[in-house]
Amino acid sequence: MKYTDYYAALGIERGASAEDIKKAYRRLAQKYHPDVSKEPGAEARFKEIGEAWQTLKDPEKRAAYDALGSRPQGEEFRPPPDWARQHGGEQHSFDDVDFSDLFARFGGRGNGRDFSARQGQDFEVPVEISIEDAYRGTTLSLNLSLPEYESNGNLRRVPHTVKARIAAGAIDGQRLRLPGKGGKGMGGGRDGDLYLDITLKPHAVYRATGHDLYLDLPLAPWEAALGATVEVPTLAGAVNLKVPAGAATGQKLRLAGRGLPMPRGGAGDLFAVVQVVVPPPDEREQALYEQLRDLAKSSGFNPRRWGEGS
Amino acid sequence: MNLESEVLWLDEHRLVTLTELMEFSGLHETELLDLVHTGALPARDAPGGGLAFSARVLTMARTACRLRDDFELDTRGLAVALRLLERVRDLESEIARLRAQLPRT
Repeated sequence: MKYTDYYAALGIERGASAEDIKKAYRRLAQKYHPDVSKEPGAEARFKEIGEAWQTLKDPEKRAAYDALGSRPQGEEFRPPPDWARQHGGEQHSFDDVDFSDLFARFGGRGNGRDFSARQGQDFEVPVEISIEDAYRGTTLSLNLSLPEYESNGNLRRVPHTVKARIAAGAIDGQRLRLPGKGGKGMGGGRDGDLYLDITLKPHAVYRATGHDLYLDLPLAPWEAALGATVEVPTLAGAVNLKVPAGAATGQKLRLAGRGLPMPRGGAGDLFAVVQVVVPPPDEREQALYEQLRDLAKSSGFNPRRWGEGS
Repeated sequence: MNLESEVLWLDEHRLVTLTELMEFSGLHETELLDLVHTGALPARDAPGGGLAFSARVLTMARTACRLRDDFELDTRGLAVALRLLERVRDLESEIARLRAQLPRT
């Protein structure tokens, strides 16, 4: 296993007082707590901080940790053979054990011999799926390493593959619960649950918000001015969209029911957002635009009527 | 084992009871009722009496449990934190909705 420097994680000296440890934890927890922080890597950083806090706040766990000595962060090591016994544990093997799990049986209420019922740990896993998968539904195959209690109460990591069928209709931010698929319970305690936090991957064509989808609809100036029927991609295949004459940039043309399906029937809408694209001028087009400009002088068209009409 | 698992959607349609909310969130009954009474957790009347919650509330209650444990907050602090987090969530949804309408280029 790899050594983790809990003092460095909290940014404190090894001889720090209990009060200093608490202050450091609170300061960092407010900054990196995943429920309140949007900093990149906040969740992983909070996990380090939380592990350090759980161990160093408890005098017995801290003594067991300190007894391992000071080592470089990430160094491969195994605790000395009599280390666990000296600190009230009964660890016989350190195979498949995470560094953070080493201290779970020390200190607090657990004295290394607490075999009462314990509920398995819940886990939250972020999952990214494509818009196509959200539209059609998909089966996720999740490879997880979950802690399990051995019969002697020690923790070890066990690899699991969990398959979860996600029916059509998931949206960004959707949460799903898989009962009993988290950490194993102990002594009759129920197994923990697995929670999936769904996010939709960015898509080359569509932008999703809830069950609605948006895409850009580039139009040539004459298509926007005169109206046109254009082919638009949808998740169910291309459809023809009738663009009304006089379409303007930013105008949203709605294709009802062409968005993401809703779990209880119906579907969101697909909105095509008009973007008028002016082609690179050639001589003939240049001449035609000049004619338009001259015509506009007599028609009185002015696209910039700032401060008028409101 | 490679069994396909039962998946429950935590959305507005599925309802959970107060007992389920206690079991799955880790909050005590008194804490949940405090948060309901302050309006931080939306509840509705269950068809057979008592309280019912949309399954989305389970996510809020689990957040409250984490905040309680990690910051040692009492229910008044939790109520304020939950309200602010919901406002942030609503604002982020609104920003995402408006961004989706902007052209990509």
